[in-house]
Amino acid sequence: MTTTGSTDRIPAALRTEALEQLLTERGLIDPNVMDKFITNYETNVGPLNGATVVAKAWTDPEYRQRLLDDGTAAIKELGFAGSQGEHIVVVENTASIHNVVVCTLCSCYPWPVLGLPPSWYKDPAYRARVVREPRKVLSEMGLELADDVQITVHDSSSEVRWLVLPERPDGTEGLSEDQLVQLVTRDAMVGVAKVQAP
Amino acid sequence: MSAPLDVEGPAAPPRSNGELVFAEPWESRAFGMAVTLYEAGVFTWPQFQAALIARIAAWEAAPTEGWSYYQHWLGALEDVLASGGTVFADEVAALAETLAQRPTGYDHPDDHDHPHAH
Repeated sequence: MTTTGSTDRIPAALRTEALEQLLTERGLIDPNVMDKFITNYETNVGPLNGATVVAKAWTDPEYRQRLLDDGTAAIKELGFAGSQGEHIVVVENTASIHNVVVCTLCSCYPWPVLGLPPSWYKDPAYRARVVREPRKVLSEMGLELADDVQITVHDSSSEVRWLVLPERPDGTEGLSEDQLVQLVTRDAMVGVAKVQAP
Repeated sequence: MSAPLDVEGPAAPPRSNGELVFAEPWESRAFGMAVTLYEAGVFTWPQFQAALIARIAAWEAAPTEGWSYYQHWLGALEDVLASGGTVFADEVAALAETLAQRPTGYDHPDDHDHPHAH
């Protein structure tokens, strides 16, 4: 066995810094690449509640229909509900229709399913521009949509919070519901990205 | 490709509605190192996971301090790197001691005129 535990008395912040320095010197990590990994996990891992809703809708056609008919009730079925009594309306993205969500007045957001809004969602530039030139804004965010795809922008308010049901990616037919949950990103449920097959 | 993080159970990272939660900057660095090294193939995820579960079990058997998930994460990372011969605990300890000796304000640009200890 190795000499485990011998560093426990040293503050974790110093051990972490020392370890990062040693691994960098040995060429095992590149701090810049690591920064990108961390950002990716921080922004794309979860929110699990919303991802759970989406994966269930993808695998259970009856649930999908209930979700599109009455988002609030269908989401509540899975045990997710907000304390503010806001109404959640779910809109479905398809090959020809793309929905994207904004809150032009402030930053209304379906937080019971999506957690805290990302910083760009609150940004005045996103809020103003996605209404005026959605195709351009989405393209700048890395989502290129063909010219024949119809884009609908939904403006959230304190009464109605919109949630996008993203398109299930091709090549995921063999995946289980749990595996599908892992693929669904927050950005896809706001409508600024598509879900990618693994 | 991404690390298959546990969603439930003792080895699952702290989350708030699915989002990873880091209480201090070092926690995200420790997290980042583990997933970067895993993606680079330095160790497998089951190896890391086993080390993490062992660390947590050891703490549960004899809690030495308050619960800190990323303390165990960092300990597990040190364990897998040591058992793979990549980085040994005494190397980490030695460098950490050196880093601890830095004068206060080491990370500020030295372009002001107050006295420094170096």
